[in-house]
Amino acid sequence: MKVLVSVKRVIDYNVKVRVKADNTDVDLANVKMALNPFCEIAVEEAIRLKEAGIASEVVVASIGPKAVQEQLRTALALGADRAIQIECDDLPEPLNVAKLLARVVEAEQPGLTILGKQSIDVDNNQTGQMLAALTGRPQGTFASEVKVEGEKAMVTREVDCGLKTVELVLPAIVTTDLRLNEPRYAKLPDIMKAKRKPLEVKTPADLSVELKQHSRLLKVETPASRQAGIKVDSVDALVDKLKNEAKVI
Amino acid sequence: MSHSSSFNWDDPLLLDQQLTEDERQISEAARAYCQNELQPRVLSAYREERFDRNIMSEMGEMGLLGATVAEEYGGAGLNHVAYGLIAREVERVDSGYRSAMSVQSSLVMFPIESYGSEEQKQKFLPKLATGEIVGCFGLTEPDHGSDPGSMITRAKKVDGGYLLTGQKMWITNSPIADIAVVWAKSEAHEGKIRGFIVERGTEGFSTPKIEGKLSLRASITGEIVLDEAFVPEENLLPNASGLSGPFGCLNKARYGIAWGTLGAAEFCWHAARQYTLDRKQFGRPLAANQLVQLKLANMQTEITLGLQAALQVGRLMDSGNWAPEMVSLIKRNNCGKALEIARIARDMHGGNGISDEFGVMRHMVNLESVNTYEGTHDVHALILGRAQTGLQAFC
Repeated sequence: MKVLVSVKRVIDYNVKVRVKADNTDVDLANVKMALNPFCEIAVEEAIRLKEAGIASEVVVASIGPKAVQEQLRTALALGADRAIQIECDDLPEPLNVAKLLARVVEAEQPGLTILGKQSIDVDNNQTGQMLAALTGRPQGTFASEVKVEGEKAMVTREVDCGLKTVELVLPAIVTTDLRLNEPRYAKLPDIMKAKRKPLEVKTPADLSVELKQHSRLLKVETPASRQAGIKVDSVDALVDKLKNEAKVI
Repeated sequence: MSHSSSFNWDDPLLLDQQLTEDERQISEAARAYCQNELQPRVLSAYREERFDRNIMSEMGEMGLLGATVAEEYGGAGLNHVAYGLIAREVERVDSGYRSAMSVQSSLVMFPIESYGSEEQKQKFLPKLATGEIVGCFGLTEPDHGSDPGSMITRAKKVDGGYLLTGQKMWITNSPIADIAVVWAKSEAHEGKIRGFIVERGTEGFSTPKIEGKLSLRASITGEIVLDEAFVPEENLLPNASGLSGPFGCLNKARYGIAWGTLGAAEFCWHAARQYTLDRKQFGRPLAANQLVQLKLANMQTEITLGLQAALQVGRLMDSGNWAPEMVSLIKRNNCGKALEIARIARDMHGGNGISDEFGVMRHMVNLESVNTYEGTHDVHALILGRAQTGLQAFC
């Protein structure tokens, strides 16, 4: 069984994000970039499936400018077998990403496609679901456990009321939640060996996908800084404030 | 008018952008391991003066040991810049951990790869790379530190090999070492200094631990005592003769130290910045004082310039265009500056800086050793003085 993993290049989670002075976007100049943490979990899950003898090949794909090759190389260093970059100047919106990935799924025919549930930059949480709809494959989102048994995958999902397990008929789409696994460290010799693994570059035109803009970014603002708290001198004063100022009781 | 960019306070001259994609990935992978696996252990290891042998195996698994050694011998085949970046990340946690790694990489694996026979390389390098065996390096003697040429350890030729007699001092890793690269004057080679691989279990070879260190307590240090220890002919390093052998190793290790000490300095600088931002006295953060900001600016400046220098020497090493004096310059400068930064960071932490919980005083006393070992601050000044006057002032 082949496993396809899509990965995204995002601002490193340790970076304090700054907004551009003209409020047009987040400032990406000289900012450290990294593999989206949920995507890293997706890569780890695919490699574990390969180590367990369930997956035969792990293919990683990313969409974006040449810089995303750095994150593809990271995935290759972690253990993926080959990579596909779909060259775009900007990072397209989820529907475009899903359409491009659908073409990759069509060409590669993976038994399982694993994606992060969302990227930590825009937090859309849409691509996996859209990809499932476009390819007509069953989906298990927010996975905290994935068990492949023959032609089926049992996916435990983290939902508001607890854990929910769904049975998917393969081929299927899975999106990862935070507790699915703990990704390994890239070993230094593997980082060097990753340079020799195949990395194929395609364009949206190669995949016969026309990128369309469905939404427009109007403005990005820094969240208002939180007001400091105050101390009240009695329970009565507290109740009064909760009732009349905060209006929560 | 050219476009101006925003300023990164913790990478002012954008070192990150001067690295290749591989180098950046290696630095990040090393940092992730060091911060998640080594940092949580160092406090108790230092407090209890304990070196966890398993760290060598972990480092081996990560590919941190002998990173520049060729892949066919189990190394990662990295360049010198990548090696420096690794040293910086390990020493950001502790100079003792970096010492353990440097010794294995630069002082044991490097001489075997550079001066050893094909059989020696195949026999020892793969196991050293995985951390399955640990090595140490014996050059310094109790009475011969800065002047190793006057060493008294001797190798006497006997049937099938050599008998080594002498004593080596301040040897990182020696009590747990499986092999020791020992430098001795060989009677069969006109009294020239030669390198020998002494294996654990050899009769007359012992490695007592040195107790009571106030510095580098998270690494283990001992002596090497040789009492007619027999070394077979096949364990003589065939391709090194004279002091150039050990000095070749030391150049590599010193280069790594120039990077590593700045990792320790960065830890101290970042800690001092955060502490003075958080700590309020007289109703405002300590960092709002001009005296504090001057110190932070000095730290930022020295670390940034030191990293540029280390990067340049690494690039020159990778292009085969370097001289040992360059290493003396950066080893001396970066150790001295890092030590000064650690002392000031300790001071900026006030009373809390005395507690091991804050880590800055641990770095400070570690750096006292690092400033002294592998050529003291003063001896490197003499090397630089000789290089520009033509006059040697060692004696």
